[in-house]
Amino acid sequence: MKVGPALRDVAIAVFALIVVLAIPLLHRSPAFEDFVIRLSAMALFATSLNLLVGNTGMVSFGHGMFYGFGAYAFALMMQMTDVSLPIAAVLAVLITTFAALCVGAICVRLGTDYFAFITLAVQMLFYSIIISWQSLTGGDQGLRGGIPRREIFGFELASQLHLYQFCAVVTVLGLLTLRHISVSPFGQTLRMIRDNEHRASFLGIVLWRARLFAFTVAGAFAGLGGVLAALFVSGAYPELADWPNSGQAIFAVMLGGISSFLGPVLGATILLALNDVVTRFTEYHGLVLGSVILAFALGFRRGVLDFIRLAWPGRLR
Amino acid sequence: MDIDALGACLTTPACVVTQTTSGLIVGMLLFLVAAGVTLIFGVLKIVNFAHGTFYMLGGYVAYTALGATDSYALAVLSGALSMALFGVVFERALISRVYGSNVLMQLLVCYAVVLIFDDLVKIVWGPEFHAMGMPPAFQVPPLFIAGGVVPPFYAVLIGIAGLIAIVLGLGLSMTRLGKTVRAAAINPQMVSVLGVNTTLLFAIVFAVGGGLAGLAGALAAPVRSLSPGMGFSVLIESFIVTVIGGMGSITGALVSALLIGLVRGFGTIGFPQFTDGLIYVVMIAILLLRPQGLFGRST
Repeated sequence: MKVGPALRDVAIAVFALIVVLAIPLLHRSPAFEDFVIRLSAMALFATSLNLLVGNTGMVSFGHGMFYGFGAYAFALMMQMTDVSLPIAAVLAVLITTFAALCVGAICVRLGTDYFAFITLAVQMLFYSIIISWQSLTGGDQGLRGGIPRREIFGFELASQLHLYQFCAVVTVLGLLTLRHISVSPFGQTLRMIRDNEHRASFLGIVLWRARLFAFTVAGAFAGLGGVLAALFVSGAYPELADWPNSGQAIFAVMLGGISSFLGPVLGATILLALNDVVTRFTEYHGLVLGSVILAFALGFRRGVLDFIRLAWPGRLR
Repeated sequence: MDIDALGACLTTPACVVTQTTSGLIVGMLLFLVAAGVTLIFGVLKIVNFAHGTFYMLGGYVAYTALGATDSYALAVLSGALSMALFGVVFERALISRVYGSNVLMQLLVCYAVVLIFDDLVKIVWGPEFHAMGMPPAFQVPPLFIAGGVVPPFYAVLIGIAGLIAIVLGLGLSMTRLGKTVRAAAINPQMVSVLGVNTTLLFAIVFAVGGGLAGLAGALAAPVRSLSPGMGFSVLIESFIVTVIGGMGSITGALVSALLIGLVRGFGTIGFPQFTDGLIYVVMIAILLLRPQGLFGRST
């Protein structure tokens, strides 16, 4: 990889981080900060899914499992032990990574349709474990009682502003890492597998190994998103690992555009904003969301950023 | 977990009969839904994520039809026929536009349909649970077989579903239409070149699949309650059935639906908290040992 593009990505990330961090200094808006905190979790979740969907051509319908796994692992560790927050977060992500490795080992050898099925089924298995293991997870009530928000490096995460800053930093760093993976030779390999797996195989690439690695990395970053979600709701709920959550992530990816790196982030932004607006006006938010999905899937046939890139070829990456 | 209870049940004929019957009910209803999923996948290579919606709507249509006509037979018939029609409309209006595009598009279209119809059902029938109630003809004392309780309605349900399994199986292997459908599953272009109207054939396949799911929903309505979103758990289970049996195989769907039904029937005794989980465990185990499913052809 050339140095130029990598530096440019870092510059964009730093610039975005400065802008996001500067906004509350100029104008405090609890609703906006709340939105960004939720968005940070969703953006990591959707972008990690796109490493599978857009980069590797693996449509996982069970990605919410790792989002929920990260959230539960983190929340449980914070409640049951007295390790500090960063250590709990890192451990939660590591455990989720290991879970993704195990699940991936079962799933990645299957063909496209089977893969979508089995990831969904494994997610539902995980969901039913959460529901039935009441002594550990609190069952369908979720893990209540809150997460002790211990101070880290002068950050007081009980304060919304500090949580906002923490989420912004973690998300931008996470996205930058994902971007780095996506443009690395390994990321190119994944795209080759997506476009022509036979040719990739002829060139000596072990398909299942590359897919398993992509699946594991994607699971890890979904877990990181789950950690942020657990911090925001101060607990963990089975809904985080339920199938509509996976559906939302797929939709966010699709809405923003699967062939643009920032597509899922944009998609997550639109989706969250849409949810917020629609739930204010009607209780039938599935009806509206479903209609929007249909319009995108059958009308545009691609996400917003992909659409823009097609309209101005060569201008945006 | 209660292994002792399971052991005690397995040694008492009464308990075995009762649990087997309830397992067969679950299995047979599941077969009707899964047969549609596997048929549609076999011929069209489309994973119909909206198949649970057909099941749900079939139940609700039957519920309304029963209120209007007071005849359970007519209610079941209208549930099945309306969903056959809905299947054709769904295929022509939406699914035919995403043939050949990637799984993501097909999945999204189906996901959108699930979201839309779950809310439409809420608007039309309300968000609360509805109970259809047992048809008067079946409000008779249960049969006793070896001390086990078997309500007559259950026996009729199993009979109807079994009959359909036979008709479907014979229809696919013996009739001209069935042979054409199987040929289209292997090579649709060739079938089309030989002068068969594949557009019509695809619509028929969706009609049969949708009709079966609607039938299952209507048949299940008296024994289960109706609620928006009820299609999803059935959808997941019918997927599991299709995957275990081998995608595209009707025999596989029947065998694995009964397997899942029995696991459910006896699982409630042995693992009351973890019956759902048990089914996923069975599926993962079978996929590990035989990735193409019990009756699937390896590709």
